[in-house]
Amino acid sequence: MATRGFTGRRPGDEVARRLPPGQHLATDFPVLAIGPTPPVDLATWRFTIRHGPRPLASFSWADLETMPQTVWQGDIHCVTTWSKFDTQWQGVGVDDLLAAAGIAAPTPWLLAHSYDDYSTNVPVADLVGGKAMIATRFGGLPLAPEHGGPARLLVPHLYFWKSAKWVNQLQFTERDEPGFWELRGYHLYGDPWREQRYTDDP
Amino acid sequence: MSASSPWHALVVERIVHYTPRVASLFLGNALGSFEAGQHVDIRLVAEDGYEARRSYSIASAPGGATIELMVERLDDGEVSPFLHDVVRVGDTLDVRGPIGGHFVWTAALGGPLLLVAGGSGIAPLMSMLRHRARTALAVDALVIYGARTWDDLVFRDELVAMAEADARLTVVFGTSREAARRDGDFAGRIDHGEVARSLARWDRAAKHAYVCGSTGFVETATSALVAEGVAAFVIRAERYGGIG
Repeated sequence: MATRGFTGRRPGDEVARRLPPGQHLATDFPVLAIGPTPPVDLATWRFTIRHGPRPLASFSWADLETMPQTVWQGDIHCVTTWSKFDTQWQGVGVDDLLAAAGIAAPTPWLLAHSYDDYSTNVPVADLVGGKAMIATRFGGLPLAPEHGGPARLLVPHLYFWKSAKWVNQLQFTERDEPGFWELRGYHLYGDPWREQRYTDDP
Repeated sequence: MSASSPWHALVVERIVHYTPRVASLFLGNALGSFEAGQHVDIRLVAEDGYEARRSYSIASAPGGATIELMVERLDDGEVSPFLHDVVRVGDTLDVRGPIGGHFVWTAALGGPLLLVAGGSGIAPLMSMLRHRARTALAVDALVIYGARTWDDLVFRDELVAMAEADARLTVVFGTSREAARRDGDFAGRIDHGEVARSLARWDRAAKHAYVCGSTGFVETATSALVAEGVAAFVIRAERYGGIG
């Protein structure tokens, strides 16, 4: 039923076409995180790939910086209803990261973990095939700490809580295990085009 | 609306304008129980089906017949001017929730409890304080709340009355564009020095800390808390994007 008196401010057709349902266009870059921005020192930065508790590979910042660089430009969508268009990211594609580790995904699921003890689950199929990266630059500049720097996961086709800030671990799991927000009312998968915001969304 | 829809049509029962920029809508609560600190989504629907959605924190305590949603007016926004200028008592709004399982405080968590708010960030913390006042008066609590002026401090009179009646509750106001009014208050923006002074005066070790405000505010306040020895893992933060 319509809300009495509400006419709204419609975006133009081109913007509307790029906005998933229930989203609106933001021109700034709002910040969401669960606690303080953690201090992360590049000299001691470590990125680990695990299968369950078992480490499979581990990289320093210098290791990461020597891997092939991927650039992605496009639109990102936050579950809090803002979308931002034409963002530019650079980093190491998950395909290249796994290649550098010399491993194939041992299970179809994983949890990304972060320096602030945040975690989020993403199916491996949504990370490989050029779909995701460990991003270290935004708009050509080193990624700012409040936006997840020095490195965050970037999975732009899912709601942005999946793009874990301050990421330091990919942990393959035997089943699709919910992460931080997924345990606290948010959708297990999070496709913005199907508007999978909360647990009870189909 | 189908029976399985997550959206509830809630009736606006009362509207209170606290300041020129901040009003609260009191909605009949058909959502059921919630926890202090949670938020709801509001959906506005135009005649042609166009929709706009925003999230608003609940400022009232759990257990009331109405839920209070505090709305700051953003002049260039699409939704907040509508909620301020057009919505009247008796209208219905589509509301979904409660949402959020992290930025919540329950009496069972106990204290000492530290709440730090900037501007409209007071809303979810007010729910926690009202919840504490009803259920957990033995919990020591410190509130540090910053706004531009004395008159921009939403819930100011209620907070002052709460603190005057309750020896375990300390409320510190920071006003960035005016002189301090009360003992312990300060003039200026909340910064590391003011956080350190307020914590030293309080002289408790926070077991749970909640920080809510704009991104810059939260970065400043949480950094100050960590520098003053509050463990990062006890600090929960909510950053307002300031859109809409």
